[in-house]
Amino acid sequence: MDTATRADAPDTLVETVGAAIVTRGLTKRFRSGQVAVDALDLTVPRGSVFGFLGPNGSGKTTTIRMLLGLVTPTSGEQSVLGLPPVQALPKVGAVVEGPAFYPYLSGADNLMRFDAADPTASRATARRRIADALDRVGLAAAAGKRYRTYSLGMRQRLAIAAALLRPRELLVLDEPTNGLDPQGTREVRALVKEIAADGTTVFVSSHLLAEVEQMCTHAAIMRAGKLVAQGTIASLSAGLAVRIRVETPDAAAAVRVLERLGMDDVRTGDAHVTAELGGHAPERVNAALVGEGVAVRGLAVVRPSLEDVFVGLTGEGFDVDG
Amino acid sequence: MSTAENGGSAGTFTLDRRSPGSAAGTADGGRTAGAVAGVGRPVAAFWRLLASELGLTFRRPRNLVILGVLALVPVIVGITLRAVGGSGEGMDGIVQDVAGNSLMLTFLSFSFLVLLMMPVAVSVVAGDSIAGEAGAGTLRYLLAAPAGRTRLLAVKFLNAVVYSYAVTAVVALSALLTGLLLFPAGPVTLLSGTTVTMTEGLLRIVVCVGYVGAGMAALAAIALALSTFTEVSIGAIAGTIVLVIVSQVLRAIPDLNAVTPYLLPTRFTDFDAVLRSPIDVAALRDGLLAFGAYILLFGSIAWARFSGKDITS
Repeated sequence: MDTATRADAPDTLVETVGAAIVTRGLTKRFRSGQVAVDALDLTVPRGSVFGFLGPNGSGKTTTIRMLLGLVTPTSGEQSVLGLPPVQALPKVGAVVEGPAFYPYLSGADNLMRFDAADPTASRATARRRIADALDRVGLAAAAGKRYRTYSLGMRQRLAIAAALLRPRELLVLDEPTNGLDPQGTREVRALVKEIAADGTTVFVSSHLLAEVEQMCTHAAIMRAGKLVAQGTIASLSAGLAVRIRVETPDAAAAVRVLERLGMDDVRTGDAHVTAELGGHAPERVNAALVGEGVAVRGLAVVRPSLEDVFVGLTGEGFDVDG
Repeated sequence: MSTAENGGSAGTFTLDRRSPGSAAGTADGGRTAGAVAGVGRPVAAFWRLLASELGLTFRRPRNLVILGVLALVPVIVGITLRAVGGSGEGMDGIVQDVAGNSLMLTFLSFSFLVLLMMPVAVSVVAGDSIAGEAGAGTLRYLLAAPAGRTRLLAVKFLNAVVYSYAVTAVVALSALLTGLLLFPAGPVTLLSGTTVTMTEGLLRIVVCVGYVGAGMAALAAIALALSTFTEVSIGAIAGTIVLVIVSQVLRAIPDLNAVTPYLLPTRFTDFDAVLRSPIDVAALRDGLLAFGAYILLFGSIAWARFSGKDITS
């Protein structure tokens, strides 16, 4: 039923069955009347590290809960690894809305509990798989300690270990770096890269634009329950201009040079000037500036960030309703 | 990924269901899958989850303390009766029965505990079962594991049934031991005046435990159903206890005699059917049918609610 095709839809789920996650018109209206997710058409290619971006409250977690079969969609279709969500679950590892474990059990016993819940997991190999998963997230030394005594970073890593108990085809990570210190954040990023290198599709939600830019090959941007854009990171920012930034004490002189070169949207800042690069070669711009006697202290080509993409698409800052 | 099973070794029971062609097969995990996954597999997995559930229940200090307190009651009752009986005054009816035979303390303890303390104990475990996991957030991880909703509910109910019988057995054993230590053993005089052998008396205790345990299991079904409606386990626990108390009040109102047979506590106290001669089989049968009806009704409510519930905790 979830994967049923619609005669009137040109790109049905059948055509995109190779994708790790496909949703068409996916909508969730809660009983309160609030529409958390509104007609979402998401396509997550296999093998991608897919950033699911949006301010807090934009519908990311509700979408993830629908993809994991925890929340029933009001309407629309969805398929995970070509299957209805519930059937795909043994092949999916997930961290949803932060870690949740039994405080009076040790880290290893907690993992044993969740492994026991998976009807397709082998009991015979459980101990070894648990030890490996704990080792992988750097918790081997704390395996016997009660969860109660774990720090926030350790709890987050235990949740990731639980998602890695089995070889997975898809890993869903909801805000995996929430509450982590910079060191923990780096570790999680490294782990995600490593997992993705194994061929696992990683679907990671975040409200941190910079994080997604650093980790992901693809991204989708949500706002107020609606999908604003999706695609490769490069394609998302393709519509926005690359700019050149010149650091100089002679801002006025630099502006004259750049305008004479025919560059658009020249803006003056405090001891710097920026302009759309257009088809110009940066080294020629530099030569022109120096040739005119402008003191160039620094010169950089600035690619548009996802934040610029978001602002460009919605006309508002990213953290508006965070 | 280093966690994959070694599909090459013949004796390895690799029971993963992943198809050999699965894209992310980072290693050989589950390559032997299809071949080995037999009929016994889901059953074994079910027992594994049930074992995990029982381990959680019977290792949790709170649940053990409850069992300990229940075990203490027959001891206190026994010592008190021994003291009173020793003075030779105020002996009447059941007190005299207990003082006369060690086995009677078991039945007396049940009559003290079956209407409130044992229901409270069972409500704590069964009422906490779904709501507690929801409140702690572990429910979403169990379901994503994926435990399966119907499967998890069945495991939670069976776990509560086992705890119900544990509660009943603990009371019976404690009372039996206390009775044997404090009062004379030997033939048992029943309520109807007939006397049966000690062996038959013990047998009747076993029947009694079976019956009372079933009653507690019926109560567990109610607590489980309530547990699917909330993320606050104390709500489901208190709700069940309130239902028990309201039933007692209804039983006490003569005008409502018509509903009395349909109330669980009425059936709880019918365990004294084993003290008739011969055993009042009809009363036990009716009680068990009532318990079965409660389990069916509230089990269905729990399933209807839980299978379609949005897990937002």
